[in-house]
Amino acid sequence: MARKSHVSTIVNGEPIEFLCDPPQTLLEVLREELQLTGTKEGCGTGDCGACTITLDGRLACACLVLAVEAEGRSIGTVEGIASGEHLHPLQKKFLEEAALQCGVCTPGLLVAAKALLDRNPQPTEQEVRYALAGNLCRCTGYDKVVRAVLDAAVEIGGESP
Amino acid sequence: MKSFRYEAPRTVEEAVALLAKGNGDARVLAGGTDLIVQMRTGVRHLRLIVDVKRIPETLRLEFDGTVLRLGAAVPCAAIREHRELRRIFPGFLEAAELIGSEQIQGRASVGGNVCNASPAADTVPALIALGAECVIAGPERTRSVPVEAFATGPGETVLQTGELLVELRIPAPPTGSGDAYLRFTPRTEMDIAVVGAGVCVTLDGEGRCTAARVALGAVAPTAIRVPAAEEALVGTDLGTEALELAAEEARAAARPIDDLRAPAWYRRHLAGVLTRRSLAIARDRAMRRA
Ligand SMILES: Cc1cc2nc3c(=O)[nH]c(=O)nc-3n(C[C@H](O)[C@H](O)[C@H](O)COP(=O)(O)OP(=O)(O)OC[C@H]3O[C@@H](n4cnc5c(N)ncnc54)[C@H](O)[C@@H]3O)c2cc1C
Ligand code: FES
Ligand code: FES
Repeated sequence: MARKSHVSTIVNGEPIEFLCDPPQTLLEVLREELQLTGTKEGCGTGDCGACTITLDGRLACACLVLAVEAEGRSIGTVEGIASGEHLHPLQKKFLEEAALQCGVCTPGLLVAAKALLDRNPQPTEQEVRYALAGNLCRCTGYDKVVRAVLDAAVEIGGESP
Repeated sequence: MKSFRYEAPRTVEEAVALLAKGNGDARVLAGGTDLIVQMRTGVRHLRLIVDVKRIPETLRLEFDGTVLRLGAAVPCAAIREHRELRRIFPGFLEAAELIGSEQIQGRASVGGNVCNASPAADTVPALIALGAECVIAGPERTRSVPVEAFATGPGETVLQTGELLVELRIPAPPTGSGDAYLRFTPRTEMDIAVVGAGVCVTLDGEGRCTAARVALGAVAPTAIRVPAAEEALVGTDLGTEALELAAEEARAAARPIDDLRAPAWYRRHLAGVLTRRSLAIARDRAMRRA
């Protein structure tokens, strides 16, 4: 067996080091080594978006990233969205609008929606639907999710005029 | 996934040396949106993965007004963020933006799309329409191959052991040109092309077509160029009649198969429809850039 690789990364702003084997995906390491179980596995093939994270600021499917690739990179997961006890407006609106049922898709939707609002603070409904096309939800459907994202955009816009 | 060795070289030379030593059991990793899926689903077993994302040449994204030098590992998201490219290569951007979701775009590269050599790869017809070239580094020499000659069959390319795609060189079309890419899929996002059509046309001051390139995806074992359609366009005003003739040639050139996405007859029909529609878009763009 080959020696494990030592990887230094930044996860949600904190420097983190871990050991891994090349075949381990970043998703496995986040969940099983780092106990960051917010990021979910749905398909394992890039189709469902349950594993959505940011890698150096860009969205990625953690199921299609090798953990060794994370050396020197900065990772963002759903655990980094709230500030301490303060939920992000997206999280509040998901709760208010009941935009989740089982919740397996929710972390990925939140990470993808936050990336959208960071880039485009006032998206149209169509832009929201396109931006979230890589996130599948099997229970709730998409209307409530889209409404929650649009409401969060209004709230964030109101906070920082 | 089965065990393998992972290397992330910093230079093209090191990458070539690793690939040459790895024989057939080594493969390049760019965004991994094809390769990691193939490894996870057991389609592909490898001994060595050579991650090329630490090599400056494969991450280059430079446009000097004449040629776009696109590093093979640049993710589609970076192409989309570039401020100038959409105006010059709207059709190529249409194709690159169709690849997967936002999450996939964050990693998927055009180089990977080309090297994976799927007959349905979206950027390939768009690149052929623009006359793009593949710059390949290898143990002996660096060579350049037009995108239309790069794939030799489904999943097969001209790359020899030890060779690696370093960048794509995409010439900006001359003034009075327009390019366009259209594909047909049952779902608007996150689906594989049933047929794709990439075209580029150039008009002179009088509105006469002086050059045309037409390429189709998913109607043959590799993307194909349709010279007969191009000949039907040059010298015309790209009016309804000329576009219909080109569509006819596209239907004739298509050699599709029946599969779960569509029967062959329907693909042939789509080849005509998409050729006609993408040409109309490219013509209107060319008129605006006259
Ligand atoms: C959910 C999902 C949706 C998708 N949707 C689309 C779509 O709509 N349209 C479409 O065309 N594709 C689609 N794809 C396929 C894939 O995303 C694209 O083909 C993508 O462009 C591949 O790029 P990559 O950088 O991820 O390549 P990788 O997976 O890293 O590599 C692909 C192949 O090319 C080889 N390779 C990569 N770079 C080089 C190089 N520089 N030199 C030599 N060999 C190299 C690799 O060894 C591998 O065999 C989708 C994939 C997923 C998972
Ligand atoms: S688990 Fe990664 S996209 Fe489905
Ligand atoms: S809430 Fe269950 S998958 Fe979306």
